[in-house]
Amino acid sequence: MTKSIPANEPYYMNLSLKKQSILPGFFPSLGITLLYLSLIVLIPLSTIFLRSAALTFGRFMEIVTAPRVVASFALSFGASLVAAVTNVFIGVLLAWVLVRYKFPGKGLVDALVDLPFALPTAVGGIALTTLYAENGWIGRLLAPLGIIAVFNPLGIVIALIFIGFPFVVRTVQPVLLELDVEIEEAAASLGAGRVQTFVRVVFPSILPAVLTGFVLSFARALGEYGSVVFIAGNMPMKTEIVPLMIMTKLEQFDIPAATAIAFVMLVASFILLLLINFLQWKSGKNLVSG
Amino acid sequence: MNDAIKQTIAFVKSKKAAARITEPLPVRIILTSLALLFVGLFLVVPLVSVFTMAFNKGMEVYFASLVEQDALSAIKLTLITAAIAVPLNLLFGLTASWAIAKFEFRGKYFLISLIDLPFAVSPVISGFIFVLLFGSHSLLSPWLEAHDIKILFAVPAIVLATVFVTFPFVARELIPVMAANGNEEEEVALTLGAGGWKTFFRVTLPGVKWGLLYGVILCNARAMGEFGAVSVVSGHIRGETATMPLHVEILYNEYNFTAAFAVASLLAMLAVVTLAAKKFVEWKSSGRFTPQLNTERRESGSSGVDL
Repeated sequence: MTKSIPANEPYYMNLSLKKQSILPGFFPSLGITLLYLSLIVLIPLSTIFLRSAALTFGRFMEIVTAPRVVASFALSFGASLVAAVTNVFIGVLLAWVLVRYKFPGKGLVDALVDLPFALPTAVGGIALTTLYAENGWIGRLLAPLGIIAVFNPLGIVIALIFIGFPFVVRTVQPVLLELDVEIEEAAASLGAGRVQTFVRVVFPSILPAVLTGFVLSFARALGEYGSVVFIAGNMPMKTEIVPLMIMTKLEQFDIPAATAIAFVMLVASFILLLLINFLQWKSGKNLVSG
Repeated sequence: MNDAIKQTIAFVKSKKAAARITEPLPVRIILTSLALLFVGLFLVVPLVSVFTMAFNKGMEVYFASLVEQDALSAIKLTLITAAIAVPLNLLFGLTASWAIAKFEFRGKYFLISLIDLPFAVSPVISGFIFVLLFGSHSLLSPWLEAHDIKILFAVPAIVLATVFVTFPFVARELIPVMAANGNEEEEVALTLGAGGWKTFFRVTLPGVKWGLLYGVILCNARAMGEFGAVSVVSGHIRGETATMPLHVEILYNEYNFTAAFAVASLLAMLAVVTLAAKKFVEWKSSGRFTPQLNTERRESGSSGVDL
């Protein structure tokens, strides 16, 4: 055995990069990881920042404040927000029913929740469009009520609910499973009603998970393309989402415009990623402190 | 006598308390029905509709749409793409998780966040970055043209975009499992004289096989189904650079709905098989490995936008 650092001494007290270990292969495996990460992810992603830097600030602002681009940002953020809020209710309901109740076919329902993760987005997109078209299975029932989803923002929200709700279910479900029923018993024996127990006892415990699910579903919705393009109809100013806007600029060979819009989206994604990391770190801490 | 009464009262009280920690039956029925209604409307109906639309002109038209030349080349391209992207990301996943799970080093959590990056990026941007890298305005383009290498609007870019999009899948499943297994067994093997590779193949790998399989299943589903990123770099050349999802789009936009849904039904079957395989792995490994979004993952600091 090689000499090892005493367990109570943090490894960073030692001035080396890593804590000593007898396992081999740290530097080769880290080296390959960093090389592959750079080639596949970091270098390609950096092109957006490099190309954006080549634009003057005036030109950049001109591109991202063009009315059609602003409309697409408003639509993407708005529809994603509406879908993510809806997903919180649907996700908590599904997680609650799956964890707390017994009913026939529960295992199947639990497996089906992952369908939007496994189904290619283009397939989900054409299926939803066909269903909600005016002569489709669901659209036919909604048309007499004056509700037309296809080629309207409503259709976009429906597609975003479809791809986003599993995030809330899958973040809330494990927390609900771990939740101690004794606390609820205590609340009940102290005279709290069921609703009061849920609002005052259960909900605060699952709140970090609910928030994480909300942000995950929002982030996914913001960048979503495949399931939305078919049902949206892609009318400028009305149903044109940001990813489609980038696509349109590319097809017009307007690379600077596509780059500027992509830059804004990428920054938004990174902020959301930081937020998710922060939320998970927070909920991790909650678990430790009880 | 008094004792008996007290016991009865306590018993009744505890029964009442037990009844109160769940909801009244009508509420339970309403909540369950709402959940099932949503699942029916948003998951079962779309899935069933894919197959109904695919078969609505009969079996012959269905199979004819699948064995048609362009459909076959789309299937072939999808299989080739997955056959390159999945093994590459599998090797990367094993390498990265060895470095991250088995060693303590500075910047470890930052590295995990970087690995998760592709999940946070819109599929369209995931494709767009390769247009910027290899397109006619790029620094590389004069060199590529001089050597007559075609990457963009050809198979290499499709593969690259797919590798990017599926990059984190295996690594993020493996890291928490490998970390949870600890280092003791490897240390014992090494002290007993086994070499590094032998230890890895005989000790580490068997311990993470379910996590590995789980990651590969998810990686493969995404590799075969990716649409946005591939759509940007493919150029949509029928029969040449159209993968299955792109072929579905082409047929759909030509109002050839039956053929579009026929090809889509293959992808839907892939999704169903993926879900079944996922359930199987979860069941096989229950207790030893709880995939995704569990406490282990949270502790390991891994996070990100899934799929």
